Amino acid sequence: MEPGEIHALLGENGAGKSTLMNVLYGLYQPDEGEILVDGKALKLRGPSDAIAAGIGMVHQHFMLVPVFTVAENIMLGAEQVRGGIAGFLDRRRARREVVEVSERYGLRVDPDAVVEDLPVGIQQRVEIVKALTRDVDLLILDEPTAVLTPQETEELLTVMRSLKAAGKSIVFITHKLGEVKAIADRITVIRRGKTVGTASPDASRDELAALMVGRSVRLTVEKAPAAPGEPVLEVAGLVVDDDRQIRAVDGIDLTVRAGEVLGVAGVQGNGQTELIEAIMGLRPVLAGSVTLDGERIDGWSTKKVLRAGVGYVPEDRSVDGLVKEFSVAENLVLDIYDRPPFAGGLALKPDAIAASAKERIAQFDVRTSSAEAPVGTLSGGNQQKVIVARELSRPLKLFIAAQPTRGVDVGSIEFIHSRVIRERDIGTAVLVVSSELDEVLGLADRVAVMYRGRIIGIVGPDTPREQIGLLMAGVTPEVAAEQTAGATDDDAAPAEAPRSEDEE
Amino acid sequence: MTNPNPPSGSPDKEPASEAQAAQNALGNTERAEAATTPQAQTAQGGTPEPRPSLGRLFVENLWAANTFTVTLLSLVLAIVVGGILMIISDPDVLSTYSYITARPSDALESSWTLVSEAYANLFKGAVFDPETFSGWLNGSNGWEAVFAPISETLTYTAPLVFTGLSVALAFRGGLFNIGAQGQATIGVILAALAGFLLPLPPGLHLLVAVLAGALGGAVWGFVPGILKARTGAHEVIITIMLNYVATYFLTWLIVQNGVQDPTRTDAISKAVDPSAQFPRLLGDNLRVHAGILLAVLATWAVAWLLNRSTLGFELRAVGANPDAARTAGISVTRTFVLIMVFAGLLAGLGGSNMVLGSTASALTPLVVAQIGFDGILVALLGRLKPWGVALAALLFGALQAGGNRMQSYSGISLELVTVLQALIVIFIAAPALVKAIFQLRAARAARLQTSLAKGW
Repeated sequence: MEPGEIHALLGENGAGKSTLMNVLYGLYQPDEGEILVDGKALKLRGPSDAIAAGIGMVHQHFMLVPVFTVAENIMLGAEQVRGGIAGFLDRRRARREVVEVSERYGLRVDPDAVVEDLPVGIQQRVEIVKALTRDVDLLILDEPTAVLTPQETEELLTVMRSLKAAGKSIVFITHKLGEVKAIADRITVIRRGKTVGTASPDASRDELAALMVGRSVRLTVEKAPAAPGEPVLEVAGLVVDDDRQIRAVDGIDLTVRAGEVLGVAGVQGNGQTELIEAIMGLRPVLAGSVTLDGERIDGWSTKKVLRAGVGYVPEDRSVDGLVKEFSVAENLVLDIYDRPPFAGGLALKPDAIAASAKERIAQFDVRTSSAEAPVGTLSGGNQQKVIVARELSRPLKLFIAAQPTRGVDVGSIEFIHSRVIRERDIGTAVLVVSSELDEVLGLADRVAVMYRGRIIGIVGPDTPREQIGLLMAGVTPEVAAEQTAGATDDDAAPAEAPRSEDEE
Repeated sequence: MTNPNPPSGSPDKEPASEAQAAQNALGNTERAEAATTPQAQTAQGGTPEPRPSLGRLFVENLWAANTFTVTLLSLVLAIVVGGILMIISDPDVLSTYSYITARPSDALESSWTLVSEAYANLFKGAVFDPETFSGWLNGSNGWEAVFAPISETLTYTAPLVFTGLSVALAFRGGLFNIGAQGQATIGVILAALAGFLLPLPPGLHLLVAVLAGALGGAVWGFVPGILKARTGAHEVIITIMLNYVATYFLTWLIVQNGVQDPTRTDAISKAVDPSAQFPRLLGDNLRVHAGILLAVLATWAVAWLLNRSTLGFELRAVGANPDAARTAGISVTRTFVLIMVFAGLLAGLGGSNMVLGSTASALTPLVVAQIGFDGILVALLGRLKPWGVALAALLFGALQAGGNRMQSYSGISLELVTVLQALIVIFIAAPALVKAIFQLRAARAARLQTSLAKGW
């Protein structure tokens, strides 16, 4: 690493990127070899040593105390005290630091918000701010963009550039090729714990991807035109609150037809999560209706919804999707364990579970040492395949996938996408929610853009990215047209927020 | 320090070969039951390098810090510390230490005598006394005397199995059931009432009394379960409070008309009819009764429930990750209620054992002893696995039975047994401490299993 360099570390999930960085950050001890900082060998006994040596890290999985405020989290580990031995925590100073750093780098966070109330994207931002307040020279970002929206990602890249200009070095771990090409000065590709090559950012995407997975990969989703049938899922006037009792979904109307993929795009935290949880019966519906095949399903239990033929890949696989202590086989029947052939009466049928697990591990190419291995020992991509395998191996009317490929390696993305399309082609209605615009555009036959709890527009997948990007920011075509025309019309109702900006 | 338990052989600290390291990691991630059969592991761990002998692998696996080894060494450590406590608490022996530099043999000898005799009595009281065997051979005592220690051990074991299972089951479902004591208390009350109030034929009477005890515990478990499910009240607080309610309800109930023994003025109830008592297994002179058979049955039933039933699947899923369980359509609240009902039922059965067995036949304020709280220790010692819990209960039962003899023969207070039990659990709860003391080679990538109390 050189000062003022952005070095991208590229590799599939489970390739050893995170492990390497955890060694750098002092969380793991190296078995062999050494780490050189400014030419000196460094022995890191823990993260505090690493911070002292000027190495800061933003983890893939957030290391925040959920019940603390942003400011408290940021001062954690470097608490400033005042009042001599009385040692009062200097919260004011911590707040000031947060505000200062977040303003300097354009990362807006509210220092008094409690972390557990914040959406994932903002929590990520807190992590970055936290590292930045420590005055580090080398910042390790472990898949920072996995949870960010395109706009936020763009902001982050700007931040990274300004950090680079300030002479700081950044190790940027990712498997998103576009970002690497946009920002990296140097690229190192890791596969199976070994460096397999370095590349310059000029290398083509395909070259990089091939280097990463060791073979050439298809990056675009190949699919035939959709043949939409009858409406399967109909959502009308849906209103849902989030955990803080704040309106998250504010009167949504949606229709998903059999044999089509409806993609929901939008900046994270605009109600997508709540919309899906409401459909799944995980969150109370305050108003409006959800209809599946002509039958009202709002108010049903989650089990009943699943039984009715809905497959669901939750947004956060480690929290909602899997029981990590359970074996792969057990996770593969997590929502059908009590139905034949896996159970008879009160008794489980271990043989049937094992047999089906074996079959599905092969079918969905889950790389695991055995069906009995705890699912937590699998790499992220393979964990996701376990969930997809579970949900797609029963007959479905509707398949809902939220962030189906978040934190998943290129090879698995390709596989999961092809499975989603295959499900569509056998006549299932598919609802894909992703903050990854590429993913939505690649999979969807129609794209619904959500903004502040509403569908702000439904467009075809061939719509230019810029236009969708504007929609995600709350700017409808009408408003955009008005802005260019300089005129104010009276029928541009759908977007209130931008209008109010307009009228000022 | 004159305890006869130095760990034999020095720990192997040489860097292990790659294959061995992997082997050890394997051994460590497997749970106690696998660890008890290290040969099975050595058989499956196909080592490509010059194959070490089975014996060597056995020893290596033993020194790799697996749960079985840690449990065993915790026991050893507790015995060592217990020995020190005995020496300190005995004024005669302690006085020899005042001139230890002049005549060290005095101090060492008296300490050795004290400690070794105490533990010998513990063993004789809990397992087997050779003298009774020779006595049986030459006719000075009957065969019963040979089995008396085992009989005592099993008598103390039975109720602990139930309460241990109660706590372990709740733990597996992510709930900390501190209320086994209260559930056992309500269990003992209903079992006793059914035992002396209902005029029923033998056999049926016992069945009804046992079921009444189970029902009482289940009701007492249902309350915190439903409160947690409906209102989010923390089960620890509710169960602790319900323990008080149950205990004082018992104290009040005993002296009520129709319950109190009319011939007595102190707090004791009428005696349970013989028709409602567990049959003794080895004749009237030995206390072991059918409760221990019921305990084995319950262990099997809980093991089946946990590992082989849909309900157990839900329970384990909820315990390990309630969010994922909810997303997969499992009703977390319903599972919480069911867990507490089953846990209460088991504790209630444990309570029934205390009055329908041979330890007591009437209610007194202390009739349930500490079985509910000991159940927590038993569950932890048994690593929350049904058969592990049964073994742990057996150990605790043996300590209790042996402790009685140790008290009467060696004059060592029975409380020392309680201290021993506590020490064992402390060492087990702090595996890192045991590993450090014995310089166990930590298996690579081994994560310490200290997070038993998940959710705290």
